Amino acid sequence: MTAPQLFTGRDLLCLRGGRLVFQDLDFQLAAGGCLTLVGPNGSGKSTLLRLMAGLLKPLRGTIAWDGVALGQDPEAHRARLHYVGHLDAVKASFTCREMLAFWAGLRGGGGVDAALAAFAIDTIADVPGRFLSAGQRRRLSLARLVAAPAPLWLLDEPTVGLDRASVALLEGAIARHRAGGGRVVLSTHIDLATPDGDILDLAAFAPLEDDEAEAEDAA
Amino acid sequence: MLRLILRDLRLVLRQGSDATAALMFFVLCVVLFPFGVGPEPNVLTRIAPGVLLIAALLAALLSMERLFQGDFEDGSLELLLLSPLPAEGVAIAKVAAHWLVTGVPLMIVAPLLALLLRMPVDQLGLLVGTLALATPLLSLIGAVGAALTLGARRSGVLLPLLVLPLYIPVLIFAAAGLDAGLSGLSPRPHLLLLGGMLCGALVLAPLAIAAALRAAHE
Repeated sequence: MTAPQLFTGRDLLCLRGGRLVFQDLDFQLAAGGCLTLVGPNGSGKSTLLRLMAGLLKPLRGTIAWDGVALGQDPEAHRARLHYVGHLDAVKASFTCREMLAFWAGLRGGGGVDAALAAFAIDTIADVPGRFLSAGQRRRLSLARLVAAPAPLWLLDEPTVGLDRASVALLEGAIARHRAGGGRVVLSTHIDLATPDGDILDLAAFAPLEDDEAEAEDAA
Repeated sequence: MLRLILRDLRLVLRQGSDATAALMFFVLCVVLFPFGVGPEPNVLTRIAPGVLLIAALLAALLSMERLFQGDFEDGSLELLLLSPLPAEGVAIAKVAAHWLVTGVPLMIVAPLLALLLRMPVDQLGLLVGTLALATPLLSLIGAVGAALTLGARRSGVLLPLLVLPLYIPVLIFAAAGLDAGLSGLSPRPHLLLLGGMLCGALVLAPLAIAAALRAAHE
């Protein structure tokens, strides 16, 4: 086998709340690659990221890492991914350092100070969560990525709440991650510099009107 | 897992409210009984096991609703489910932390309250032993209900409805054990049954909780 390790999805179909979100969706991501999901609201960007994380299961199709379907070894998959969703998991009574140390510790990582510095939150490391602004919470959430290394980053609109300087920090972190062979899948509405990244436009996989009627008949 | 238990304990120590509310509820509930029923020693001794256990049960139920709610709402639970820790491990850790902050303090104050209800001193050991079997059971069973009602509107109503029928066997055997002790019989069979239930729940409840938590994130 000469093929490099691939993170792939084949023929994915997803139904949410009785509505067909996308169908016939394929993606593939090699080591060092970056996949940017674009598309209008409700086109299934978050859903696809949750599928990739294994939180949801596709109605049809398979997602596989290096040829092994996620369902066959969910624990190995969880160990190799970082997921940053819409919620930042900030506890009001814990300081940034404590929260980051906890999440990094769960994954056996320990680069807490470096991670705090990477997202410029080392100056507020001992501030409790209740005093953090939205952007600071988001940066703390992103710092988890750096504190414990994992080969796959799944970022759901990571730039929400970030200022221009913080977006640059994120771009730098993603570039370093990819240079080390890591993969990134992210959804965004702003221009995030991802050199030689692929773009997946989910609007292309939206169900056609008659397909939707068909799916309803089938259901 | 230990890390998660320690985090939960720290969280409770900093915020306090939930665990102390359960304990306060337990104490107040029991303390009010002598005023309501009258100070007649025979009557108090007779109803003491039931009062203590019902108060413990309701205190456990009271604190149960918040067990997963906080982590669910701020996204921590999602991250825990995506961590290398198996979902069953997350479930066991959360339940263990809940038991340590509600069940154990309850066991500590129960003997004092039992004296208030005129329970004979030689029965206090049995009381603590019974509670040591019953409180983890209450935490385990209640956590299944708490996980199932996550994300549901009106979970505060749904949770007791789901959980109370499952609490009743625990109540029956724990109270019967204490009654047997009071009337000079051996509490052993009742305690063995409680122990059996605890063994079963220790194995089955984490599986059920994990499945319910995963379903809540679909």
